[in-house]
Amino acid sequence: MSEKKRRIISVDYLARVEGEGALYIQMNGSTLEEVQLKIFEPPRFFEAFLRGRDYREAPDITSRICGICPIAYQMGAVQAMEAILGLEVPEPLRSLRRLIYCGEWIESHVLHIYMLHAPDFLGFPDAVALAKVAPEAVKRGLRLKKIGNTLMTLLGGREIHPINLQVGGFYRLPEKTELLALKPELEWAREAAIETLRWVAGFEFPAFEREYEYVALKHPSEYAIHEGRLVSNLGLDIPISEYERHFEEEHVARSTALHSIHTGHGAYFVGPMARYNLNFEQLSPSVKALAEEVGIAEHCHNPFKSILVRSLETLYALEEALRLIELYQKPDTAFVSGPLKAGKGHGCTEAPRGICYHRYEIDANGLILNAKIVPPTSQNQKTIEADLRHLLPLYLDKADPELQHLCEQAIRNYDPCISCSTHFLKLEVARA
Amino acid sequence: MKPKLAVWKFASCDGCQLSLLDCEDELLMVAEALEIAHFPEASRAVVAGPYDISLVEGSITTPHDLERIEAIRAQSTWVISIGACATAGGIQALRNFQAVEDFMRMVYARPEYIQTLSQSTAISEHIKVDFELRGCPINKNQLLELINALLNRRKPHLPSESVCHECKLRGTVCVMVSQGIPCLGPVTHAGCGAICPAYQRGCYGCFGPSDSPHPAALSQAFKSLGVSEAELVRLYRGFNSNAPAFREESLQHE
Ligand code: SF4
Repeated sequence: MSEKKRRIISVDYLARVEGEGALYIQMNGSTLEEVQLKIFEPPRFFEAFLRGRDYREAPDITSRICGICPIAYQMGAVQAMEAILGLEVPEPLRSLRRLIYCGEWIESHVLHIYMLHAPDFLGFPDAVALAKVAPEAVKRGLRLKKIGNTLMTLLGGREIHPINLQVGGFYRLPEKTELLALKPELEWAREAAIETLRWVAGFEFPAFEREYEYVALKHPSEYAIHEGRLVSNLGLDIPISEYERHFEEEHVARSTALHSIHTGHGAYFVGPMARYNLNFEQLSPSVKALAEEVGIAEHCHNPFKSILVRSLETLYALEEALRLIELYQKPDTAFVSGPLKAGKGHGCTEAPRGICYHRYEIDANGLILNAKIVPPTSQNQKTIEADLRHLLPLYLDKADPELQHLCEQAIRNYDPCISCSTHFLKLEVARA
Repeated sequence: MKPKLAVWKFASCDGCQLSLLDCEDELLMVAEALEIAHFPEASRAVVAGPYDISLVEGSITTPHDLERIEAIRAQSTWVISIGACATAGGIQALRNFQAVEDFMRMVYARPEYIQTLSQSTAISEHIKVDFELRGCPINKNQLLELINALLNRRKPHLPSESVCHECKLRGTVCVMVSQGIPCLGPVTHAGCGAICPAYQRGCYGCFGPSDSPHPAALSQAFKSLGVSEAELVRLYRGFNSNAPAFREESLQHE
């Protein structure tokens, strides 16, 4: 075809994603020749330097994979070690872990809703620009985000790379009074989360739905956050220890990331939409009622609407936090321990962006022999590329800048965390 | 015209730049005082340099990084390295003690796709840095203080003593003396507010070495608590393993 028809859209440095990545799209007339999500985050080799470290160091080291979801890494690591040592973390320590994880969901989801995703729908480059026309909304977002961080700080010592989680439990337990002091702000936040949901429900969403395989943890008695079996809408139902028998990683050229696929099935979808579609029944009555109000009761298959799901999950996490705080009674000991032994263990929890898998093998001295960590973004990456392949043909009449913006938005639907996936993004659209 | 702020990322976890977005109470005020001209993690808008303040997160690990950091220096009045990655090479500097090719084979099936340097190094090893903020992650109050000081052309108040000093200010009973827990606080740069000892654990040195540390004496004290040579190496080889004082002390026990 003639050169006139060739279009190249190329975004060198994707904005408002966590980490560094690029997108390259090449079209010839109406044919999409290439869609590439490129990661140029430099490799940091976590799995390699974990070898030879003490098993107790794994949570603090792996935390540094990602400053946005450190609890996901710490929790996966401690669970794997606890599995090796045969430790069962009793109540109320187990609930306290769920509580700090609620803090991470709130902080991370609200960051994405208000600072990374909402500006896309409203046509602003960032939340600061948005604040000039909608100061009340942005201030509400910041205050809401802060309560997530306050929970992290109380239970974890600080909001980024908390220091209080250890194999078997915690180092220091909070007093009930310290937790109760957060109640008034959490109660404000619960109302603010409902306002957030109603605010984002007013956005315009591109009509875009596909069939996905959703993969998430499922727990018999609660909306899974930090424990459960791995399930999918296509019949997968396995203990986390079997993850590597069902999922594999491909190392993609020109990238420092590893893409995951469900063996024999292909791309799959993890994160808030996966959890929501698989575990909707376990949300609270108030969250379900609001889901109905905004028109996504039970299911949501449009990734652009993931901002609604994140808002509902934020509300859920706030309700959970209030519930867990009421129930808390400070126990006598902050952790459980047991004799050291060699073995292999697995950990898998629902990071804000989706399942984060860990596997470690340790020797009889507690030194790590090998480690494997699969973060959520590398699992979603193939699905993001597939979304772009489906989306682009629908919008070929758009000019390059609009098309580029739409593509960026489609990527941000996944709240991709590039630092994690290098263990992500620059955008290039080439139209030919 | 408002002074221009740029945020740059090298090899890192994004935690230090997130500290700026975590200033929930101050962020909009900061945006009043400064033009946020380049901050890809937070904004699509990019305003061209030169910049008044460049915050640099992350360590230098690729050939391309070397070019980028020079270009950042050339268009910035003040360059501030933020965090252990930028000030000491970060956790990824653990490669400096091993052959990076081995690391690559362990993580990637196709190591030929990866371009990396054998060492992870601090920003100041490559360009002149005007200020450094320590920590893994940095303390956001220190970040606000430094920005404030620069905007008001005054000297920033940033502590340079050890974490021990902060424990005393906080009224924390010494975990090493009272419970025999090995703690890097005596040789670690202040700035976190002595969080770990207040949570019943030893400091793990994430703010790097204090100004004139005596790690050899501390290692002796650790040994009398039963800490092995191998454990000593691991203690100093954490998030600041390539900071000279920690690096040298770890080599003493290898
Ligand atoms: S210093 Fe620590 S918190 Fe800061 S970017 Fe590096 S790893 Fe992340």
